[in-house]
Amino acid sequence: MSRAEASSRAEASSRAQASARAEETRRANPLWTLGLFRSELLTTFRRWRTLALLGVLAAVPVLVGVAVKIETGDGSTAGGPGGGGPAFISQITNNGLFLVFTALAATLPFFLPMAVGVVAGDALAGEANAGTLRYLLVAPAGRSRLLLTKYATVLAFCLAATLVVAVSALAVGALLFPLGDLTTISGTRIGFGEGLVRALLIALVVAASLTGVAALGLFVSTLTNSGIAAMATTVGLLTTVQILDQIPQLSALHPYFFSHYWLSFADLMREPVHWEGLTRNLGLQALYAAVFGSAAWARFTTKDITA
Amino acid sequence: MAPYASDDMTTAGEAGEPRAGRRRAARYAVPVTVMGVAAATIGLVPALADSGDPDLPEITAAQLIEKIAQSDVERLSGTVKITTDLGLPDLGGLQDGFAPGAPERGEGGSSADPSTRLTELASGTHTLRVAADGPDRQKVSLLEDAAEYSLIHNGKDVWGYDSRSNEVYHATVDDSGEDRGQQPPATPKDFAEEALKAVDDTTSVTVDGTAQVAGRDAYRLVVKPRQSDSTVGAISIAVDHRTGMPLKFTLTPASGGAAVVDVGFTRVSFDRPAASTFDFTPPKGAKVTEDGELDRDRGHSGKPGNPPKSEEDLAKGLDGLTVLGEGWNSVAVLDTGGPGLPAADAGGDLGGFLGSFGDRVEGGFGTGTVFSTRLVNALVTEDGKVYVGAVTEEALVKAADRGK
Repeated sequence: MSRAEASSRAEASSRAQASARAEETRRANPLWTLGLFRSELLTTFRRWRTLALLGVLAAVPVLVGVAVKIETGDGSTAGGPGGGGPAFISQITNNGLFLVFTALAATLPFFLPMAVGVVAGDALAGEANAGTLRYLLVAPAGRSRLLLTKYATVLAFCLAATLVVAVSALAVGALLFPLGDLTTISGTRIGFGEGLVRALLIALVVAASLTGVAALGLFVSTLTNSGIAAMATTVGLLTTVQILDQIPQLSALHPYFFSHYWLSFADLMREPVHWEGLTRNLGLQALYAAVFGSAAWARFTTKDITA
Repeated sequence: MAPYASDDMTTAGEAGEPRAGRRRAARYAVPVTVMGVAAATIGLVPALADSGDPDLPEITAAQLIEKIAQSDVERLSGTVKITTDLGLPDLGGLQDGFAPGAPERGEGGSSADPSTRLTELASGTHTLRVAADGPDRQKVSLLEDAAEYSLIHNGKDVWGYDSRSNEVYHATVDDSGEDRGQQPPATPKDFAEEALKAVDDTTSVTVDGTAQVAGRDAYRLVVKPRQSDSTVGAISIAVDHRTGMPLKFTLTPASGGAAVVDVGFTRVSFDRPAASTFDFTPPKGAKVTEDGELDRDRGHSGKPGNPPKSEEDLAKGLDGLTVLGEGWNSVAVLDTGGPGLPAADAGGDLGGFLGSFGDRVEGGFGTGTVFSTRLVNALVTEDGKVYVGAVTEEALVKAADRGK
């Protein structure tokens, strides 16, 4: 964290202090929480690191789109005859909207959760590392509320990151490929408007798929005072789980890995929608959020804050 | 206590060390409790959902079989889970190695060709979606990760659509019944019909209580071979009490263990599916393969590469084939006329790989190699005869001795 950031942090907390003093009698004012949330949001999204992450995410659909355009320039189909590559890639040339699905399918396994892991891991450990955590705790918001605000900020980043990928993919898809009615993976046709609605739903489901990693990252972030260590641990855990998810001998454990049902978002493109995997995915994410969220709370509200 | 106090600042001031420790333990109990509750829910919900076997009026086995035969469900939609565990490693297309009459898959074919796709059902667990509206409109979809293979029959057209590769297969049919007969069985009904064909005096058929399948009350029909040589332990068919449609089919081997074939609806509705379900127009840019092109590619052996699911199919599909024995103990004999182990030659590398699975046996017929699965055993003799049947290895050798 930069010096300027630290000073802005101190400024924010002194401002918070002032406003808190003014409202001493109304300690639980919800607006104050919103104020804290807004200040957190601004701090997070103004960071160069966050912007760079979002930039990388926005670049992925551009790369995929350009690659498909070049590969299919001679009339061949993308993904080869066997239909390899990320999901939906063979459809992109016929309908740019499919680039949204392909880009999400390509970024969900690694890029998106990595970005979320960086932001979540940094949330508390980064503050502790820069010595700004104590300033935040001087304000009478309490640790629980600070933790909740931090989690809300990370969730906002999940949504923002997913939307950045989706919007960038839609823009690239519209520029490079035709748009129009699309064929669902069940073979039925839906209009472009409904396709857009489904794309939005898919983006929301993808964002929700990241809530488990976000909670895990936040918990790791409460364990250490080093932001780098927390980020590395979160991303390391993510990679480990993804590898374990590929080992067939561990299939009994697979349903409990947070990443196991991630690609179920594609079930929204079936007609009728197949809800089984989707509900399992969302249930699992809620479980991870509950377990690691409460673990983070248990840790954060009882630990000694020395930095 | 921390210099910068936590939430409950008022208590923190006077709290001593042991008290803080207790409070910490109490807080850590929250995530542990959440995890425990979740684990208990995951464990208990299926048990609670299993609300016991429904009460249905008594019915005899003969009446139940009659009920299945009279079942005229024309409209339905649902989800079918199919699990096959033959005890083989998951190698798609393995059946082709066993049946030398079947065409090679892959080259020149389309990934949307039904005969190359539905054979995938022969191993592993798959989820299918089925919908039907009368004899002219049916749809079967094989759900894959982020992709789907759909086979749509609407009037004269049969479409196969592979969304992963965006390839389309198209055929036209004059007689819808004939085409359907060529498809491998996919729904519990198909399997049940195959099983009930085999019902004769070598079979015991009983009604074994009731069950609930896909939220519907059903009778459980149990079909058991009387002959001891069969590798089939029992076949259990859950029959919907109202429509008479088989909802679940389970084949357990005589050797015990998990079911070899387990096909059942996880969700079923007897309402008319939306008409748009059966509409299909090839998406822009999709590669469309017409049925005739495939036949030309295949040359002479234009027979679809279905796995032989019953003795009848096998007898129809392959020339030079005789059946020894009767009922559940029947053994199909195929004289390849070639040298020994034709399956190994035909399958190339796969065949050589298979050879390492086989056991050498000797008997009155000479020597041969036995390939065992949990259900079907095959004996390939050195003089090029293949004995296949759902019978034990000894019965196979005996049949070979007799057939000599």
